[in-house]
Amino acid sequence: MEAAEALAELKDLSTQIEVVALANRSGDLVASTMEGQAAVKLARLAADIVSQADQVRGDLGREPLAQLQAATPDGCLFVVLDGDRLAVATTGPDPTVGLIFYDLKTLLRQLAREDSEAAVSAEVAPVTADDEAAENA
Amino acid sequence: MRKRRLLATVVLGGGSFLGTMVYRRRTERRRTRVDLYFEDGSMVSLEAGRPDADRMLPLAGEALAAAGRA
Repeated sequence: MEAAEALAELKDLSTQIEVVALANRSGDLVASTMEGQAAVKLARLAADIVSQADQVRGDLGREPLAQLQAATPDGCLFVVLDGDRLAVATTGPDPTVGLIFYDLKTLLRQLAREDSEAAVSAEVAPVTADDEAAENA
Repeated sequence: MRKRRLLATVVLGGGSFLGTMVYRRRTERRRTRVDLYFEDGSMVSLEAGRPDADRMLPLAGEALAAAGRA
């Protein structure tokens, strides 16, 4: 399943998530349920917030950041981190926080598992007829 | 007598309006925050008004606006 497909599926399943996007820590957008420059901006801003949060973490001498929620009267922004990947979601005010984090973590786990499966299958790719012919020549 | 009653009504009405405004403001302020969760399972809540939170909240507001909120 591709990232965009996984995001669309998550948005369909969740009644609270309005927009969900996938980005990397540098703020580059990977996929989003929203189109256009707004999605690019959302990814960049999410990465900026993570960078600020990481500074706070450093100042407090805490373990690495796992996830964050920014709550405002207009709505909430959620970010979950997995290595270089960020899953970002927006909701209305007062969402079920645990559920949103769970959904985003599941999404990232699913994508990571598919990445590792793809890497393994690339390593053990079957020998094609062309490869055999080249070996026999 | 009537004047005193009117004054009492105005004072009571004004007081409850002011109280409601203060309560709403405080609730809203408490609702505006950034919660950071770390890999060891610990969490820090940064309420609006703290310099750390005030650096992140405008970015979050911009992000929400980009996503069609606000």
